[in-house]
Amino acid sequence: MNRSDPRGRAPRPGFVLDVDKSTPPILFHHGEQFRLEKLPAGRSRMIYPAEPLAGLDDPDEAIRQALLNPINEDPLPALLRPGMKLTIAFDDLSLPLPSMRQPDIRQRIIEQVLDMAAAAAVDDVHLIAALALHRRMTEAELRHALGDRIYDAFAPHETLYNHDAEDPDGMVELGLTRHDEQVTMNRRAAESDLLIYVNLNIVSMDGGWKSTATGLSDYAGVRHHHNVATMQQSKSFMDRHSSELHHSNWRQGEVIKAHGPRIFQIETTINNNTFGYDGPLSVLQKREWEWSARDRATFIGMKNALDVTPSAARRKIFQAWQAPYELTSVQAGEVEGVHEKTLENVFAQHIVPVEGQTDVLTFGLPYICPYNVNSVMNPILVMCLGLGYFFNLYRGRPLVREGGVVIMSHPTPWEFHPVHHPSYIDFFEQVLADTTDPVEIEKRYEKQFAYDEWYIHLYRNSYAYHGVHPFYMWYWGAHALQWLGRVIVVGGDPRSVRRLGFQPASTMQDALEMAADVVGPRPSITHFHNPPILMADVS
Amino acid sequence: MISEELNNKRIAITGATGFLGTALVERLLRSVPDSELVLIVRPGRRGAQNRVDRDIFRNDAFERIRHTFDDESNETFEEMCKRRVSAVAGDVGVDGLGLEPEGLARLATCDIVIHSAATVSFDSALDDAVEINLLGPMRVAAAMREAAAARTEPTRGGLKPGEPAHLIAVSTCYVAGSRRGSAPEELIDESPFFVDVAWEAEVDSARRVRIDAEQASRTPGRLSELAKQSRRSLGAAGGPALTDKVEQLRRQWVDEQLTKAGRARASSLGFPDAYAFTKALGERALVETRADVPVSIVRPSIIESAFAEPSPGWIRGFRMAEPVIAAYARGLLKEFPGIPEGVVDIIPVDFVVATILAVAARGPELGEDETPRPDVVQIASGTANPLMYGELVDLVRSWFNDHPVYDERNQPISVPEWSFPGRGRVVRQLGRARKGLDLGERVLHVLPLRGRQADLSADLEERKEQLDRANGYVELYGAYAECEALYQLDRMYTLWDSLDPQDQRDFCMDPRVLDWTTYVQSIHLPSMVKQARLKMAPGAKSSESRSSRLRKQVLSPERQLAVFDLENTLIASNVVASYAWLATRHLNTTDRVSFTLKTLREAPALLSLDRQDRSDFLRYFYRRFEGAPVELMARDSREMLSDLLITKSFPAGIRRVRQHRALGHKTLLITGALDFVVEPLRPLFDHMITAEMTTTNGSYDGQLSAVPPTGEARYQTLVDFAEAHDLDLRQAVAYADSSSDLPMLEAVGFPVAVNAETKLASIARRRGWLVEHWQKSAGAPNRVLPIGPRARRSPAFNRRKALA
Repeated sequence: MNRSDPRGRAPRPGFVLDVDKSTPPILFHHGEQFRLEKLPAGRSRMIYPAEPLAGLDDPDEAIRQALLNPINEDPLPALLRPGMKLTIAFDDLSLPLPSMRQPDIRQRIIEQVLDMAAAAAVDDVHLIAALALHRRMTEAELRHALGDRIYDAFAPHETLYNHDAEDPDGMVELGLTRHDEQVTMNRRAAESDLLIYVNLNIVSMDGGWKSTATGLSDYAGVRHHHNVATMQQSKSFMDRHSSELHHSNWRQGEVIKAHGPRIFQIETTINNNTFGYDGPLSVLQKREWEWSARDRATFIGMKNALDVTPSAARRKIFQAWQAPYELTSVQAGEVEGVHEKTLENVFAQHIVPVEGQTDVLTFGLPYICPYNVNSVMNPILVMCLGLGYFFNLYRGRPLVREGGVVIMSHPTPWEFHPVHHPSYIDFFEQVLADTTDPVEIEKRYEKQFAYDEWYIHLYRNSYAYHGVHPFYMWYWGAHALQWLGRVIVVGGDPRSVRRLGFQPASTMQDALEMAADVVGPRPSITHFHNPPILMADVS
Repeated sequence: MISEELNNKRIAITGATGFLGTALVERLLRSVPDSELVLIVRPGRRGAQNRVDRDIFRNDAFERIRHTFDDESNETFEEMCKRRVSAVAGDVGVDGLGLEPEGLARLATCDIVIHSAATVSFDSALDDAVEINLLGPMRVAAAMREAAAARTEPTRGGLKPGEPAHLIAVSTCYVAGSRRGSAPEELIDESPFFVDVAWEAEVDSARRVRIDAEQASRTPGRLSELAKQSRRSLGAAGGPALTDKVEQLRRQWVDEQLTKAGRARASSLGFPDAYAFTKALGERALVETRADVPVSIVRPSIIESAFAEPSPGWIRGFRMAEPVIAAYARGLLKEFPGIPEGVVDIIPVDFVVATILAVAARGPELGEDETPRPDVVQIASGTANPLMYGELVDLVRSWFNDHPVYDERNQPISVPEWSFPGRGRVVRQLGRARKGLDLGERVLHVLPLRGRQADLSADLEERKEQLDRANGYVELYGAYAECEALYQLDRMYTLWDSLDPQDQRDFCMDPRVLDWTTYVQSIHLPSMVKQARLKMAPGAKSSESRSSRLRKQVLSPERQLAVFDLENTLIASNVVASYAWLATRHLNTTDRVSFTLKTLREAPALLSLDRQDRSDFLRYFYRRFEGAPVELMARDSREMLSDLLITKSFPAGIRRVRQHRALGHKTLLITGALDFVVEPLRPLFDHMITAEMTTTNGSYDGQLSAVPPTGEARYQTLVDFAEAHDLDLRQAVAYADSSSDLPMLEAVGFPVAVNAETKLASIARRRGWLVEHWQKSAGAPNRVLPIGPRARRSPAFNRRKALA
């Protein structure tokens, strides 16, 4: 049962708009700034995301219902018994983007699960942030995701903690898949009588067997799908049934099913209400020609203010934004059944049908991606967000034709967070200075970074992404790099853009002219108006 | 014929390693093929023969003759030298020339002695100049008498036992003193302008000046002044480094006193400098004490590069005019005193050689009684073919306009217009510039600068040195440029006229043949810029390529050890910051504010203590950890790794540590920081040496358990470590940021100054060390105060209660 919509009308679906002379300048996200660009009339089109679907009226009740009526599985209370070993794993900081206002969905779900466990007198409960090779979450971040109540109850007893893929005693090997891929898992999770995994499925890549097979795994496990060959065969990695990344995770899932713990999967979907229906950023999820005078004034004021704000302060302002996301669905039970239902719900919000491919695809890259929450979006992450995530938000065929051009807008500063991304700095200074070819990079450098003791030390004891993580960022764009004729970055620091192997352009006009060298004169142009998130279903 | 006259002779030469001496040796070997040479040289550490081979025959003067031997003769150049040249160890600064009996016997076989040894440095200490220039000629004559007496059989040239050889003493035209008008070829005391002083008294007094200066340099006041100076230039470099520096400065100070004394004494007697003054008295002493030694004195003016022999433009060393011209071409010297109509009396070295050989061939001048009497021959250009100062400046300027020198940014330097100011004005100008730079330097040294800003101060220092040098030239040579004496050449022309046409062609010494435009622009300057290694084409060398070359050396697999300092070398932080972080972590907001204020108030005192002596500072400062629980510090330090150490780290520095490790070098951290603070960095290094505190009942008691590894203790620590691990410090690389690390940096083969503070930056630049500028990661959270994020202590939650 949905509550009444604040807009007073039903949300409109995403759609494609052909640009004509009357189309106003279009919003491009540009890191912690914005650009307004006019695209050539007559040959440009824009793809807009759907308006936010209505959220569930009573999320807590919906969660309760999901736990009591799971898919292909017994109700949760029936799975709980005294003396059992229960582990609750949950998605880490990389979801959702940006972080959501409290209470976070994870908190809502885990509080109910813990209530049921307490009712069943389950004593031995561990909570694990399933971060695979991501950085550890800080105390403040854990408190935000789970709430103070849960944090204070578990953290002092060291029963709430971050997954540690490099703990020599903390991992177990569950076996090999039929493709000889290793399957590894956090020891506590693997040795539990029940593993409950709490997902926040912001895009269609998330969830399913990827949650446990990747989130609770280590380098030995993830390297079988986090590699160039797999990523080049994942067309796209957002489309689970055409994604080699997911096929591999599903094969690992078969092993987990056979040799791992019993799994109770909980998946959730949220709507597109990233910037709010009102408030300072609400203009970002409206369509430009529908901007009111007030919207326009707000936007111009915001843009001008940002232009004169120092970058560190700008970063703080943006990172402080918490999205008023609303829960649109929750489903629990057996992994695959749950995930299929989740995909339907994700697609309901994201899918926009698009006819045919384009010569030139444009993105405005925002200030955040899964790996720089409370951190810096460094040039490698710019590449990953553009050519990894945005490029792969398609079903069917890529939005841009083979040999086409992607133009992304982002300042791409030569900046790195020294604590969160130490191996990124060295990857950028050393590896990319040598080659940008993913195959070469994987062959020559991956192992050295993956087994590096200092990076491992920082991953375990500081708040650093694993040494191998920047490689995965690069692999995430491998399919795009193979597909595209050229990548141009508008408004980026030319030094870092060139280091990435891309071409810098100072204006959109220049970028379009540079693109014409590759795809010919008067190319067709498509602007991917994201975020809020959309996924193109290209026919 | 000169060559016939000298062919059957054996000739001894002093000062053969010098400019004129080398030219003489070359000319004799080449043009007088049967002559034999005895070279009296200071043996140095390598021995006389070795010096002759290395310091004389390897000079490019011998390229011409080498070729003829390689091409035409069945004897090699080396074989010829072995046959004709012998080396004798001797020193004109010592009575008896310090000759061994064999040396004396060798000298006894010579027919002619050419004494060209002198200290030509215009700022040499008075007593050095006295020993060499004043007493030198006299000692040579005395040794010759002794040798003649010891002679048992006739020389090649037919001198019988007891019969002394002919001494040709090279002097200088400037013995005439600073005066205007004609300076004839006459003995010193024959001049009406000569102020009669007893040379013996001058010798005594010069020796006494040395003793007095040594004495004065050791007074408490002077020593404390020197200690202050050494601290100013090195900072808190630790005891041994500072005492070394003090002693070095003291010696320098004594030498300065002697130079000053020399200049003052010279000018009081009407000489431009101590060189001319001691040379003049040297002539006088020689003539007075020569007894039966036949003496000829040859006085050249300013000797410059060769006109034709052995090759046009040949020059050895950096002579008098060259540094001035080079400074001008580099744009450093904008003005040089002198009057445009004044004469610059320069004479090519081959003309001087020819004159000496002609005098040698002619033999001693005989008086009316047919006995030898001392004679004087001058060789100069000022009267016969004067080069005006204004003309020279025009020639130099127009040549450098066509052939500019390039600066380090590859931009051609345009040479300034010359305004011919008086000496006083130039000195005042330079003085003003110097004062400005001094002030700038003092300001920069006081400011806590690092890295690129500190480089600025090193730049300033370099400019100051250049200015000092320019100032030196003006002081030293200004008197010469203003000298308006005209050196007469009557006797020289008599000699010239006596030569047959063949000799006149082969041994040219007539200055009238010089075309100054050709000589300056086609002969002298092209050779001079090569000699001075001026950058005459853009792009040849830049400092960037130098750094990358040094970096390659540092990262070569042969290196065995890489030592790192921590603070400001790898991390932009210090012990105060880490203390503040740890201390505030468990304070509430009000306490934090008052803590911060208190620390800020203390900061200047702490800073100055740190500058005085690092280990005192650490001992004092670490007392604050008294009572800190060991376990809590360890736990908090783990958190501080991310929030302070890594946040403030220089990623390029961390990468460098890892590069060394990957190359198989041992990596060592030596820091005055406390062990528990840097413990989380352990995986980065093979070894860590840190300060450690003693504990009682699980708490630190604020006392260091050993001397903290800073300053000279750090040096000793490093030496001990290398010994214990069997590592060669010559194959070690050390990274540090402060002059207090000097002892450690100097101990290794490959020192690297990282983000150096002012003093170290200038030292590193002077010594050609690799300088790295490492920065914090752009994008690092920027906190002004090192305040630890609060450890959150929310009400202790009972888990059961939470679940209820």
